[in-house]
Amino acid sequence: MPQARTEDRAKLEELTRQIRHDIVTSTTKAGSGHPSTSLSMVEIVTTLYFGGVLRYDTENPRDPDRDRFILSKGHGAPGLYAVLAAAGYFPREDLMTLRRLGSPLEGHPNMNRLAGVEASTGSLGQGFSIAIGHALGLKLDRKDARVYVMIGDGESEQGQIWEAAMHAGNHGLDNLTLIIDRNGYQQTAAVKEIQPLDPLEDKLRAFGLEVKTIDGHSLDEVAEAFDWARKVEGKAQAIVANTIKGKGVSLLEKDPGSWHGKPIPPDEEAKALEEIGASV
Amino acid sequence: MSFGLSRIEFTEGPATREAFGEALAEAGTDQRVVVIDGDVNNSTYTNHFKNKYPERFFNAGIAESNMIGIASGLSATGKIPVVSSFSTFLLSNAFDQIRMSVAFPNQNVKLVGTHAGISIGEDGPSQMAIEDIALACALPGFTVVVPADAPSAKAATKALIERPGPAFMRCGRPKVPILYDDPSEFHIGKANTLRDGDDVTIIANGIMVAMALDAAEGLKEEGIEARVLDMHTVKPVDADAIEKAAHETKGIVVAEEHLCHGGLGSVVALVTAERSPTRMAFVDVGDTYATSGTADELLEQYGLTPDAILDAARRVLKD
Repeated sequence: MPQARTEDRAKLEELTRQIRHDIVTSTTKAGSGHPSTSLSMVEIVTTLYFGGVLRYDTENPRDPDRDRFILSKGHGAPGLYAVLAAAGYFPREDLMTLRRLGSPLEGHPNMNRLAGVEASTGSLGQGFSIAIGHALGLKLDRKDARVYVMIGDGESEQGQIWEAAMHAGNHGLDNLTLIIDRNGYQQTAAVKEIQPLDPLEDKLRAFGLEVKTIDGHSLDEVAEAFDWARKVEGKAQAIVANTIKGKGVSLLEKDPGSWHGKPIPPDEEAKALEEIGASV
Repeated sequence: MSFGLSRIEFTEGPATREAFGEALAEAGTDQRVVVIDGDVNNSTYTNHFKNKYPERFFNAGIAESNMIGIASGLSATGKIPVVSSFSTFLLSNAFDQIRMSVAFPNQNVKLVGTHAGISIGEDGPSQMAIEDIALACALPGFTVVVPADAPSAKAATKALIERPGPAFMRCGRPKVPILYDDPSEFHIGKANTLRDGDDVTIIANGIMVAMALDAAEGLKEEGIEARVLDMHTVKPVDADAIEKAAHETKGIVVAEEHLCHGGLGSVVALVTAERSPTRMAFVDVGDTYATSGTADELLEQYGLTPDAILDAARRVLKD
């Protein structure tokens, strides 16, 4: 049975800095990619992989008993890759091959090229349904493994998200946790200016999910939310994580509507890394 | 085999969708087989599986995109998901999900679209899948099969479940004449020569195979010997059989219940163009949507008849 990794608080904090550092350096080196989307999810994925939540084995990535994390918002790939490298799925220096010809670190996750990637994503709206398939398969096989899927708030405009919410809500999939990385922005503007989601929690509850809202940058709140999710019986759970797009880099934080899909320019990189303050 | 039907009457023999449903229920002895239904199981006949294996049957409701994603996830846990709905809704409605959640990650998902083609009749063009073969063939790694009769639909169902990788099988609504006594003659990727001849070749699949045999009888009366190939597998197509036909006969007629672009005709022409250019003619729905009517009326109106195949063969042999 694969084990969850449980690091102490200081180590978790250092890992969030390391992952932010790697998101910035890999995308700046690549000259393209989505660092701001990746930066908003850092505390959530760090807690999943190192905070005693996800049970996985980098030596046996397809262990049938493993828990799954599916990144439905596939453009957050640099964030996923940074946490997978930290977990030991591949050498950290490989992050600098992001988006290069021949590298398995493609612009969006490709499950058949990189160990640890559970679903090929990048066309928004699909990962939640894939997660339901995993959850149903695990229940059929009487396994106690769990499935976590992260979507974006912009992604929640996709109709398929609500087809999936209806299905998960109606079929008692208590081994499935939906995480909404609610960073408030999509490509060209704030979500609330384009297709306001509120009342998001009420909508999710109406579809049959158990819902908890947290500050997605608080390691304590994220950890508590995952504890809560595991204890819910008979229902799928949704964690609405309020986050900041570009979190940790002031250049991105002050103008999140202008930085979607844009790396930090090389001449701004040193300042960004200083703000992040990773020891590496 | 002798047919000599003056006009194909779709009144005898089980529909290919019925044979699929029976074969699927038989395949359920393999615990990995799971079925995802778009709430049409009494039309697609996946209700046979549902009754035998309710715990492995998921009615996902009227939500094709979600169905495909669920199938993808089930495949990732080692299951063999068979997703079935009306062909037009399955392929057209959920095409991006099929592309992104099934084809690109090469998931072991079997899509079975029923009620394909204009022969569904009265329900009309909104329900008629006539683009589905083009869509499915466009997907790298997909196997695409269009069985001609019930025994081959049954054999195809079993073969596709055993064959790893994504696949699409197209089934029809109407009853179709039984052409095969022995389903063991069915092999994915291998055309069946139902009639030999060296003047002209008719390549067909689905309901057009019976019509091709009928047309061949008509050609015989004119002293023309037609070879008839059942090209049930559109992808990977039996290119050797096509090349051989192009070499050994004077031309090829392709007959299919599909739009003229991207179906069997396009696939066959791609092979002949590269390997052995030859005279060709195409019998298909053309570049148009159909209307409501009975199946027989529509097939007549849109030129999917033995006579249309016969005329096409004459055109190919002219000069």
